[in-house]
Amino acid sequence: MKLYNYELSANCYKVRLLMSLIGIEWENITVDYYPGREHKSEWFLKLNPLGQLPLIEDDGFILRDSHAILVFLATKFDDTGKWYPTQNAEVLGEIAQWLGFADSLNSTAGSARLHDGLFIECDIDSCRSGAHRLMRILDEHLWFQEKQNNMWICSHSNPTIADIACFPSIMLSEEGGISRIDYPAIRRWCDRVRRIPNFIVIPGIFAAGPDINCENTGS
Amino acid sequence: MKTKCCSDPAVLNLWYAIAAIDELESDHSYHTTLLEENLKFKVDGNGNPSVRVVNSIPPGKTIGLKQGEEEAELPATVAYGYIWTSLGEPENELFSIPEYEESDRRNMNAATVGVHTSAPRAIENFLDMGHFPFVHSNILGAEPHTEVREYEVEVLQNENEIVATKCVFYQPKAATTSSEGADVEYLYRVPHPFCSILYKSSPVDESRMDVIALFVQPVSEEKVRAHMLLSILDTDNDNSVIGQFQQMIFGQDKPILENQVPKKLPLGSRAETSIRADKSAITYRRWLSAMGVKYGVLSATS
Repeated sequence: MKLYNYELSANCYKVRLLMSLIGIEWENITVDYYPGREHKSEWFLKLNPLGQLPLIEDDGFILRDSHAILVFLATKFDDTGKWYPTQNAEVLGEIAQWLGFADSLNSTAGSARLHDGLFIECDIDSCRSGAHRLMRILDEHLWFQEKQNNMWICSHSNPTIADIACFPSIMLSEEGGISRIDYPAIRRWCDRVRRIPNFIVIPGIFAAGPDINCENTGS
Repeated sequence: MKTKCCSDPAVLNLWYAIAAIDELESDHSYHTTLLEENLKFKVDGNGNPSVRVVNSIPPGKTIGLKQGEEEAELPATVAYGYIWTSLGEPENELFSIPEYEESDRRNMNAATVGVHTSAPRAIENFLDMGHFPFVHSNILGAEPHTEVREYEVEVLQNENEIVATKCVFYQPKAATTSSEGADVEYLYRVPHPFCSILYKSSPVDESRMDVIALFVQPVSEEKVRAHMLLSILDTDNDNSVIGQFQQMIFGQDKPILENQVPKKLPLGSRAETSIRADKSAITYRRWLSAMGVKYGVLSATS
């Protein structure tokens, strides 16, 4: 499995994260997204005419779009079936819904981060206000989920690829000047994601410390 | 001419790097912000830079730029692969980095990155070794090797420059050329309030040092563009591999820098608690106070 990868890309990180969580080995092909703009180079456009990262090559099969890649990897390699439960119509519907939501997070919070950090142009005010609107919706959703003892985005006892798809833009939002201080349910969910076994980081995100609440209940 | 946003002469009269030459197309106009002023700049086909202030654009906006009212040309020069300019009248020549001229070095801009912090906070973080094992875990440091051993700091009066020497730190992967962990020797120079140069032992030649410089362009008091110059001994790796390594390191510093409160650097001796390992930082803060720097800091008296 080859991953065409840029270390600081939130969308590449989604794929790296799921591969670590499931335990998929992969080969790194670095694409110099910044400052080299290699994703717009002739050789890369032949692989992906959209000029976007990430992209995978698995045994000659080429797939672009981080969310499509999450669906493919979970379906093909996750024997437990928990990350993308193909037999559960309701959960699959919810996952598709939240993958769409994650796309909107990319084009708001994700764009604001690229604007402030790497000077990639966008309408920064509307990206930030759009991100806050989405984060309010997600925060409320997660709060109701918690009330029903559901710790993840979808109605499923385990995290799914919907959690992986939404997590990076949210967790890196402060690089785009978008504070998470008003979203306590989001912050608790971020801690839970960071405590999933085999969680890995991207520069800008640190692993979570031990869960104090759990320790207290134990003692 | 309208009043400048920044009124601090200690900062206005300095040179600032604003862009890496290699990343510019010649005769193409670019915009950037320096000390809250919008600048328009370009390089011509011969590599000669020109920089102007543009007044009609609200600071921070880069979308929908129209031909603005342009002001007089600013001083502009090229050094270390960057365009440098000044909003005031620079009294001194730019500091020297003699190693940059050595013919076998790889000289490149690792990246220019935007950070929500003040320029002096960015420099102070660059000088700090204590965070290596925690922020750059298993790269520039590793637990349990967390001790910052005794080092020396002095202000060279003739050059008006801070120098920290005899810094030694255990690093699992000091550079792209490292094959194993090693005690790495560091030397830091701070020849400019918002620029610092780091020398560290080269993994490929023990008699020489790699040079990594941080040139901070203050966009506003709490926002910067950080330009990272590399002048290193590495014949094995592509520019993109070397650049990505530094971007990864800097990406790890980012959340730390952006979460420091206040974003401006407090110069009062009791504002923040320092430990022995912060000797460079303490000297840096005193040095900024002595120079009367007001921009991006909270003055000791305020």
